[in-house]
Amino acid sequence: MKLLVPVKRVVDYNVKVRVKADGTGVETANVKMSMNPFDEIGVEEAVRLKEKGVATEIVAVSCGPAACAEQIRTALAMGADRGILVEHDGVLEPLAVAKLLKALVAKESPDLVILGKQAIDDDMNATGQMLAALLGWAQGTYASKIEAADGGLLVTREVDGGLERIQLKLPAIVTTDLRLNEPRYASLPNIMKARKKPIENVKPADLGVDVTPRLTVLKVAEPPTRQAGKKVASVAELVDKLRNEAKVI
Amino acid sequence: MTEATPSAAEFDAYLDSIRRLVAEKLIPAEPRLDGQETLPEDLTQLLRDIGLFGISIPTRYGGLGLSMEQQVRVMFEVTRASGVYRARFSTTIGLGSQPILYNGTEAQRQEWLPRMASGEVTAAFCLTEPEAGSDAGSLRTKAERDGDHFVLNGTKRYITNARQAQVFVCMARTDAASKDAAGISAFIIPAGTPGLSCGPADKKMGQDGSATSEVYFDNVRIPAANLVGGREGGGFKTAMRGINHARLHVAVTCVGQAQRLVEEALSYTMQRRQFGQPLAEFQLVQAMLADSRAETLAGRSMILEVARAFDAAGEAQGPIIADIACCKLFCSEMVGRVADRAVQMHGGMGYMRGVAVEQLFRDVRLLRIFEGASQVQQVLIARDMVRHAKA
Ligand SMILES: Cc1cc2nc3c(=O)[nH]c(=O)nc-3n(C[C@H](O)[C@H](O)[C@H](O)COP(=O)(O)OP(=O)(O)OC[C@H]3O[C@@H](n4cnc5c(N)ncnc54)[C@H](O)[C@@H]3O)c2cc1C
Ligand SMILES: Cc1cc2nc3c(=O)[nH]c(=O)nc-3n(C[C@H](O)[C@H](O)[C@H](O)COP(=O)(O)OP(=O)(O)OC[C@H]3O[C@@H](n4cnc5c(N)ncnc54)[C@H](O)[C@@H]3O)c2cc1C
Repeated sequence: MKLLVPVKRVVDYNVKVRVKADGTGVETANVKMSMNPFDEIGVEEAVRLKEKGVATEIVAVSCGPAACAEQIRTALAMGADRGILVEHDGVLEPLAVAKLLKALVAKESPDLVILGKQAIDDDMNATGQMLAALLGWAQGTYASKIEAADGGLLVTREVDGGLERIQLKLPAIVTTDLRLNEPRYASLPNIMKARKKPIENVKPADLGVDVTPRLTVLKVAEPPTRQAGKKVASVAELVDKLRNEAKVI
Repeated sequence: MTEATPSAAEFDAYLDSIRRLVAEKLIPAEPRLDGQETLPEDLTQLLRDIGLFGISIPTRYGGLGLSMEQQVRVMFEVTRASGVYRARFSTTIGLGSQPILYNGTEAQRQEWLPRMASGEVTAAFCLTEPEAGSDAGSLRTKAERDGDHFVLNGTKRYITNARQAQVFVCMARTDAASKDAAGISAFIIPAGTPGLSCGPADKKMGQDGSATSEVYFDNVRIPAANLVGGREGGGFKTAMRGINHARLHVAVTCVGQAQRLVEEALSYTMQRRQFGQPLAEFQLVQAMLADSRAETLAGRSMILEVARAFDAAGEAQGPIIADIACCKLFCSEMVGRVADRAVQMHGGMGYMRGVAVEQLFRDVRLLRIFEGASQVQQVLIARDMVRHAKA
C-alpha cells in the first residue's frame, strides 16, 4: 500500500500567536515554525503502518514556501521515504491545497492519503473532506484508530456522540484526531538519514492547478478578553442574574 | 571528527526533538519519581530511544559520536528536567564508557560500547569506598593475579545504578605494596559474576528514582582480559578521563537545573499576588530573579568555553583539568544559591512536597558533593595555579 501524507508548516504550538498591528493576519516573522501536530500524527500512523508491513512507501507532501522543506525533512526523519514540495509563496486556501493534492494523487496513485483533521493555524478542518469529494474517494475523518481489514480499512472515528466505526474501501482519505497515536521524537541517526532521501520540487503551474485565493480576509482581531467571573450567594440570585443581566433565560 | 557528523541544521533538529521530549514527557512525569527507587522502565526507554545512552560513544561503536560541545548542548536541555533522568544514563556515558573507549583494548570496545550506546547495557562505576571518598587514591579493594585471572575483594559505597547495571567498571589495587593511585587498575566486571553483589538501595535526601548502593566483591574471579587496556597500574589515569567527562557533565547538570529553577520561580512569582500585585513586580524578588539568571548564564558560558577546549585538547587533557574543576566548582555552588532563592520566592509553597522547586532543591544538594566535592575542586584548582607559578 502506498501512502501520501500531507504536512503543513504552521506556527509552533508553543508560540503565543499575536495579531499583526495592521490586522491583516498573525505575526509569523521570527516565529518558530513546526509541522502541524495533527499532520505529525498522520506521519506517525503512516510509519507504523509501514513497520507493520501494511504500507510499502510513504510520500510526504508540503504545499507552501520553500521553507516547508524543513517540515518534509521532519517527516523523512520520522520515517517517510521521500518528499514532494509544492512551492508557492502566496496564500493557499484549503480548496487550492485539495486541488494540488488531487493532482499529486493522479501522479503518484497512492492507496491512502492521511491528513490532519485540521491545521492549528487557521483550524479550517476542510482539506481532507474537499480532497475526498474531488477524488470521489471514501473518507474516514477524525480517526482515533486505523486497522487494515477486509482489503480496506476499519476506522474508528471520534464523533460528538462517542465513537463510530466505519469500514472504508481503498483508495481512501483518512484525517487524524489527537488520540490516534503519540508521534515519535526523531533520533539523530534518523535525522541524518533523512538527508539522503529525495525531495522533489514542483510548482502549482506544473500540476496545472490555479491556486488564486477565492476568499478575502477582511480583518484579523484578537478575541475579546474574558471578563472576570462573579460569585453569587444563592441559586435565586443566580437565576435572577441569568434572567435579567445575561438575559439567557 | 572523522566520522559522519550532523550538519548544524540536523543537530538543531535533534535538539528540538530533545526539547520536546523534555517538555512533553520528562517534566510532566517528574511527580512519578517521588519515592521511587529507580527510574520506571517506560521513562528509561524514552531516554534510550532518543539516543542519550550513546551521546559520548563514537558512531563506529553505535553511538552518536557527539563532540563535547554538542554533548553539553544536548545536556543543557535534558537537565531542565529532573537530574534523575540524567543519572540513569550518566554512569554509562561518562565513567562507564570513556575508560573503555580511551584506554580499553579493541576487543573490550567491541564487546561493550555498542550495547552501552543503545542503552541495552547500563554501566556502573565503582571507585568510592567506605574508607576512600575524596581520597580515592587510597582505595583498598584489591585485585590479585591468579594465573590468567584476577581475584577481587573489597567493598564499594554509594555506587549509582549498581542495582540496574549489567556491567561494573571497578577500580582496584593491583600493587599491594603501593599506597597511592599508581598501584590502581581498572576492571570490567559483568553483573552476575559469582561473588559480586549489591546492598539495598540507599535512602537519600533527594534524587528519588536514582539508586545508589554498596557493591561487594567477595572473591570475584575474572579473566585477565577484563583488565582495562590490559595494563596494570594505569587505573587512575583511566578513571581520570571518565572523571573529567563526568565533572563537566555535572557542571552542565547544575546549569540545566538552574535554568529550570529560574523558569519555575519566574512563572510562580508572576502569578502569585501579595500586597495587590504579582510578587515578580517587587524589586527584592526581582533581585533574586536577576541574580539567578545572571549566574546561570555565567555557568552556561564557562561550560561552553571549556567544552570547546576539551574538544580541541583531544588526548592532551592535562591543561584543562583545572578549568573543568572550575566549572564543577562554580556551577554546583551556583545552583545551590539558585535553588535556595527559588524556594524562597515560592514562600511556604516552596517548602511543600509535590512542588517542583522543593524536589529540585533536595536533588541539587548532591551536586556539590559527588564527582569531587567543592573543597576538592578548590584544592585541585589552587594547586594547579601554584604549580604553574613555580614552573
Ligand atoms: C548520590 C551519590 C552518588 C554517587 N555515585 C557514585 C558512583 O557512581 N561511583 C562512585 O565511585 N562514587 C559515587 N559517589 C561517591 C562520591 O563520589 C563521594 O561521596 C565523594 O567523592 C565524596 O567522598 P565521601 O563521601 O567519602 O566524603 P569525604 O571524602 O569524607 O569528604 C567529606 C568532606 O570533607 C571534605 N574534604 C575531603 N578531603 C578534603 C581535603 N583534602 N581538603 C579539604 N576538604 C576535604 C570534602 O570536601 C567533604 O566536604 C556517589 C555519592 C553520592 C552521594
Ligand atoms: C512549615 C510551615 C508552617 C507554618 N505554620 C503556620 C502557622 O502555624 N500559622 C500560620 O498562620 N501560618 C503558618 N505558615 C505560613 C507562613 O507564615 C507563610 O508561609 C509565610 O508568611 C510566607 O507566606 P507565603 O507562603 O504566602 O509566601 P508569600 O507571601 O507568597 O511570599 C513568597 C515570596 O515573596 C516574597 N515577598 C512577599 N511579599 C513581598 C514584598 N512586598 N516585597 C518583597 N518580597 C516579597 C517573600 O519574601 C517570599 O520570598 C507556615 C508555613 C510553613 C511552610
